[in-house]
Amino acid sequence: MLQLSFTRKHRPPGGKRATLAELRNGEQAVLERLDLPEDNARRLMELGFLPGNIVSAAHSAPSGDPRVFRVDGSEVALRRETARHMKIRVTD
Amino acid sequence: MSDCHDCHVNSVIAPPPRVRSLARKTVALVGPPNSGKSTLFNVLTGLRQKVANFPGVTVEHRTGFLRLDNGREIDLVDLPGVYSLDPRSEDERITRDALSGSIEGIPRPDAVLLILDSTNLGRHLMLAASVLGLGIPTMVILNMADDLHKRGGSVDTQQLASQLDAPVVLISAAKRQGIETIRNYLEGQFAVPRPVELPILQDVPRCRQWSAKLGLRAKYRPPAPPIWTRRLDRVFLHPVAGPLVFLAVVILVFQTIFSGARPLMDGVESLVSISGTWIANQLPDVWWRDLLKEGVWGGVGSVLVFLPQILLLFLFIGLLEDSGYLARAALIADRTMARVGLQGKSFIPLLSAYACAVPAIMATRTIENKRDRIATILIAPFMTCSARLPVYTLIIAAFLPDHPILGRFLGTQAAAMLGLYLLGFLAAVLTARLLKSSILKSDRTPFVLEMPPYRWPTWRFLALRLLDRAHVFLRRAGTVILGVAIALWIMAHLPLKEGKAPPIEESVAGTLGRVVEPAIRPLGFNWKIGIGLLTSLAAREVIVGTLGTIYGIEGDAVDGEASKGLQKALQRDLTPAGGLALLVFFAFAMQCMSTIAVVRRETGGWKWPAVQFAYMTGLAYVSAFAAFHLF
Ligand SMILES: Nc1nc2c(ncn2[C@@H]2O[C@H](COP(=O)(O)OP(=O)(O)OP(=O)(O)O)[C@@H](O)[C@H]2O)c(=O)[nH]1
Ligand SMILES: [Mg+2]
Repeated sequence: MLQLSFTRKHRPPGGKRATLAELRNGEQAVLERLDLPEDNARRLMELGFLPGNIVSAAHSAPSGDPRVFRVDGSEVALRRETARHMKIRVTD
Repeated sequence: MSDCHDCHVNSVIAPPPRVRSLARKTVALVGPPNSGKSTLFNVLTGLRQKVANFPGVTVEHRTGFLRLDNGREIDLVDLPGVYSLDPRSEDERITRDALSGSIEGIPRPDAVLLILDSTNLGRHLMLAASVLGLGIPTMVILNMADDLHKRGGSVDTQQLASQLDAPVVLISAAKRQGIETIRNYLEGQFAVPRPVELPILQDVPRCRQWSAKLGLRAKYRPPAPPIWTRRLDRVFLHPVAGPLVFLAVVILVFQTIFSGARPLMDGVESLVSISGTWIANQLPDVWWRDLLKEGVWGGVGSVLVFLPQILLLFLFIGLLEDSGYLARAALIADRTMARVGLQGKSFIPLLSAYACAVPAIMATRTIENKRDRIATILIAPFMTCSARLPVYTLIIAAFLPDHPILGRFLGTQAAAMLGLYLLGFLAAVLTARLLKSSILKSDRTPFVLEMPPYRWPTWRFLALRLLDRAHVFLRRAGTVILGVAIALWIMAHLPLKEGKAPPIEESVAGTLGRVVEPAIRPLGFNWKIGIGLLTSLAAREVIVGTLGTIYGIEGDAVDGEASKGLQKALQRDLTPAGGLALLVFFAFAMQCMSTIAVVRRETGGWKWPAVQFAYMTGLAYVSAFAAFHLF
């Protein structure tokens, strides 16, 4: 499902993993790793963005950024610049 | 004067008398943001702490008193919400400090009421690990039971209690269900928790595993997703419909404030003028009859007229805050904020600055990044606060005839008002841009904002809040505005010449006005406006009262209804270009003692308020000059 939405622009160069920023409204994936400074990563983890959790993308602001993500029972809005550093493993 | 329209947000109730009876206990309310701590605080103490549906409403500790049935006295402390006891922002620091007893006036709590949202228990239970680890007697309160049950969730509180070795209760603070159990707990002997096995707090994944295990043992069944929230978001966050709805809401608000409030304002106006005439007729012809009629009725009365309008504005803001729409608005606005170097979180304080800058500046405590926070504080007073509303309304009504633009939806006057709000917003945004690309440059902290589910506003609280607003407004009219009106009336009648008052130009007040006149003449203002500008340093709307008093003395408003007379009198004193200049001046100038005081307190010194005052006044002067000459 996710694959379909990858335009050339968004497809990460071979070998690299996808990130949360590439999820479109309605898609979901398993979070794998947060490549963020310790402090920011902890706050995100406290909000539910824990490796292994399923994250699904929801609505965004009109421009597509920031986007709301559903994770661990709540909805949290993140900017693309943050989501870009959150690696995911795609599921269907 | 330290009180503003939203004063109760920053008022800390004086700590109770120092001598504590043995029975007196301090109990703290702790929990994640938006879990209902302040709601419970209000229910238990009967106070009116601000409650709204977005995270980060409470940014300061507030103590309330309650006496239990068995005579025990409790100081209940409401605290800002926290995700963990490892603070990231100013408000979260307050909670940690209160729990360790290092805030002056608040002893280390004898017990903690830990409020968790039962509809999101898995994640919220993580906080229980850190709080129970403090070794303070703790009752775990699972709030929002109504919502949990409605959406088909459930939890076994007894199992959870035995797992945590702490009392656990499922309540609904908003519906006042389960409150008795809490009162019973507070009456009893606080049991120090036996240490249960807790995860290492620094390890968030471990903490989450711990809480998941607890949830399983307590047979926690999470509720179904909130259907209505999803449905509403499909509209409010729709790429096209969303912004349109936003725009429609804004236009509706302005038109209602402008024309919907009219009949009520006319009502107040006739009441003021009828009572003024009646009183004047009852009194003998003494000097203080004129003081009453011109000073008090002319001055205070012309401000009172705006009460309905201001209440209407607060009603709208309350609806936006309480429904949960505010968080969505912050999301939509984040792009704009990012462009000027700020983040969407700054948008929430800025929105509340439409009511009053004072609570808005306090609300910046939720912004983690220090420099972002200062920048937000510096731009907040540009947002059009409710004290500007009377000034804008008066001047617009005096100089701009009302024509329909969009049929009945929008008239020219409401559109002009909208324009002034936009002007303030633009000034704020451009200033932010300037600051963030120069002295307040900083790395960006990520924008992280939890979206609360939509909820029905609690009508009771909304009504009480409006009452509070009315109370604050009336108190201000009865203190600052009344004081200024009386002082001004007296100054306008001195020095006596052969026992008679001089013409107003030659009075003390007139002289003061004429001293500043050369400075403001380039803006198109005469000495009367000058007096108004001087008195409006105390608070913006004072200028309306001041002009009411001056024109009252001049006899312009004698028979007419106060503000109609004011409008006519203004037309004689200002050209339309001067009127525009005055509007622009009020849009930019920082005429508010309370704001200066709160900026000093929040930034810890005089530097920032001084910079801000100079910048805003300078900008106001230059722009008003330009407006007067270019018009
Ligand atoms: N359905 C439901 N809503 C509730 C209940 N208790 C509180 N609320 C709502 O939850 C929202 C948050 O309430 P607050 O009391 O402001 O929450 P808080 O924990 O003080 O929030 P912060 O000050 O931001 O930490 C408000 O919209 C309340 O009306 C409840 O028992 N049931
Ligand atoms: Mg609160």
